[in-house]
Amino acid sequence: MTTALAVRNLRKSFGGLQVTSSVNLLVEAGERRLIIGPNGAGKTTLFNLITGEIPPDAGSIALFERDITRVPSRRRTHLGIGRTYQIITLFPRETLLRNVTLSLLGLSPRRWNPIVRLDRQASLVRDAHEVLARLGLEALADRPVAETSYGERRRVEIAMALAQKPRVLLLDEPFAGLSLEERRDVLRLVTGIPRDVTIVMIEHDMDVALDFAERITVLHFGEVVVEGTRAEVVAHPRTREIYLGE
Amino acid sequence: MKRFALAAALVVLATVPLWVGSTYYVNIASQILFYAVFALAVNVLAGYAGLVSLGHAGLFGIAAYAAAKIMTGGHGHLAVAAGALAVTLAAAAVFAVLALRGTGLGFVMITVALGQIVWGVAYRWISLTNGDNGITISGRPSPFGLSLASPRGFYWATLAVFLLAVASMAVFVASPFGASVRGTRDQPRRMNALGYHVWMIRFLAFVLSGFWTGVAGLLYLYYNQFVSPQAVTLTASAEALLMVISGGTATLLGPITGAALVVVMKNVASAYIERWNFVLGAIFVAIVVFMPEGLVPGVARLFRRSPLR
Repeated sequence: MTTALAVRNLRKSFGGLQVTSSVNLLVEAGERRLIIGPNGAGKTTLFNLITGEIPPDAGSIALFERDITRVPSRRRTHLGIGRTYQIITLFPRETLLRNVTLSLLGLSPRRWNPIVRLDRQASLVRDAHEVLARLGLEALADRPVAETSYGERRRVEIAMALAQKPRVLLLDEPFAGLSLEERRDVLRLVTGIPRDVTIVMIEHDMDVALDFAERITVLHFGEVVVEGTRAEVVAHPRTREIYLGE
Repeated sequence: MKRFALAAALVVLATVPLWVGSTYYVNIASQILFYAVFALAVNVLAGYAGLVSLGHAGLFGIAAYAAAKIMTGGHGHLAVAAGALAVTLAAAAVFAVLALRGTGLGFVMITVALGQIVWGVAYRWISLTNGDNGITISGRPSPFGLSLASPRGFYWATLAVFLLAVASMAVFVASPFGASVRGTRDQPRRMNALGYHVWMIRFLAFVLSGFWTGVAGLLYLYYNQFVSPQAVTLTASAEALLMVISGGTATLLGPITGAALVVVMKNVASAYIERWNFVLGAIFVAIVVFMPEGLVPGVARLFRRSPLR
C-alpha cells in the first residue's frame, strides 16, 4: 500500500509554547483518517504545517514519498494537497461560480493572463459548473457567497478544495456550526468523495466523524497519544482520560 | 444603453476643445485626463490589490525627471518616452520589492519613505535634478505628424493615451490576472492555499501600476515642460490617493471622477475661492460621510434606490 502522507518527528513551537512535539503520522492512499483532540491539542497547527502555511522547527513531511518539507505552501497545492478551513475563508463578494473558478484557476497557467476575459474561459467555467452541480450547488451558481447560508458556504469550501482534484484532502472541522440536516448533507458529500482522494479530517463532532473514519489519531498537547481503529481508540484508557477525565 | 452612453461619452470627450471655449479650459481638460491616468494607476494597487501607496508621486516624478534628463541630453522623443518608462518600470520594481516586505500600515509607511527619498533626491541632488529650480524642457513631440504644441493637439494626444489606459484597465480587471489580484486583496491566505503566488501577483500589480504612473508622469512633463520637486511631494501622492478614494476604489470611473474633482477644485475653484483647500477638504469629508464607498459607487447606489429608475 502506498503512503499518501508521511509526517515524521514534526515539531513546532511558538515562543516558549510547544504546539507540536514529535508528531508522527502515516496515512495510506485512499484512507479516511480522523484527527481528534481537545481544543489546543495542535490539530489545526498540524494541518498548517502539512500545507506549509507555517514552517516546522524540525521533522519532515512527505507526500506520496516525495519530501515536501521545504516546498512552498502554494507549490504543495500544485502537488496535490487540498484543504478547507475551520473558519470559512471564501470570497464573499464573488459568486459561487467565481469562487470555484478561482480555485480551478489557481492550478492553471492562465492565472497570469492579463488579456483574455476570465468569464470567457469556457473550459474553466464549464468545470466550475460541473463541480457545483456535483455538490448540489448549481442553482446557486450566480449568487454572491455573502447571500448564502452558513451550510452552503461550508459546501462551497469543500467544492473549492475538490475542484482542484487533490490527492490528499485536509478537512478542518467541516461540520462546525452546521445544523443536524446540514451535517447530514456535508457527511453525504464527504463520504461520496472517490477513493483516489485520501482524506484527513479534524472534527469535534464524534457522532458524525467516528462513522466516517477508518483510523483515528488522538492528539493531546501536540503529541499523538493514541492511534488505531475506531474500536481501539474508543476503548483506549488515554482517550477516555482526555475526553471524560476518567 | 451602456454602449450608447459610452459612445456619447467618447463624442463629448473628443469634441471638448471645440465647445469648451478658451484654451485655459482645454488645458484643464488635459490635466484631468493625465491625472486620471495617474489615479487609474494608483487604483490598480489601492483598489484592486488592496495595497495603499502614499509614494506613487515618487514614481510619477521619476518618469518626469528621467524624461527631462534624457531630453536635455539631446535625445529624440521616442528615446525620451522609452527611456523614461524603462526607468520608471525599474524604479517600480525596486519600490515593489521593498514595499511588499510589509502589508497594511507597513506597506503604506514604506511607500511614504520611498516617496520621500525621491523627493529628497529631487530637492537636494542639485547636480542631477537642478534642485528647487527644477528642469525645463523645450518642445513637445509630433507623433504621426500631429503637433502637440497647441493645447488642442496636446489634449487629443492625451485623450488617446487616456482611452488606451482605460481600455487596458478594463481588460486587466476582467482578466484571470485581474481576478487573481482582487483575490489577493480579499483572501491572501486562501489564494496561497489555492496555489497562487501572492507575492508575485502583488509585485506584478505594482509594476503595472508603475507603468501607467510613468505614462502619466511623462504627460505631466510634456504638459508643463517643466518638472520640480513639487511634483514628487507627499502631498502629490496623497492627492492621487484622494482622487481614487473620493471617486470610488476598485472601479474604472471612480478614479477618473476623483481626478476631475481634484483638478477642477485646484485650478478652477481656486480662482474664485481663496480658501479652496478648505472647500476641497469639506467635499472629501462630505463624501466620506455620505458616500463612504466613493462618488461613483455612491451615486450608483442612490440611483438603484431611486423611484425614477
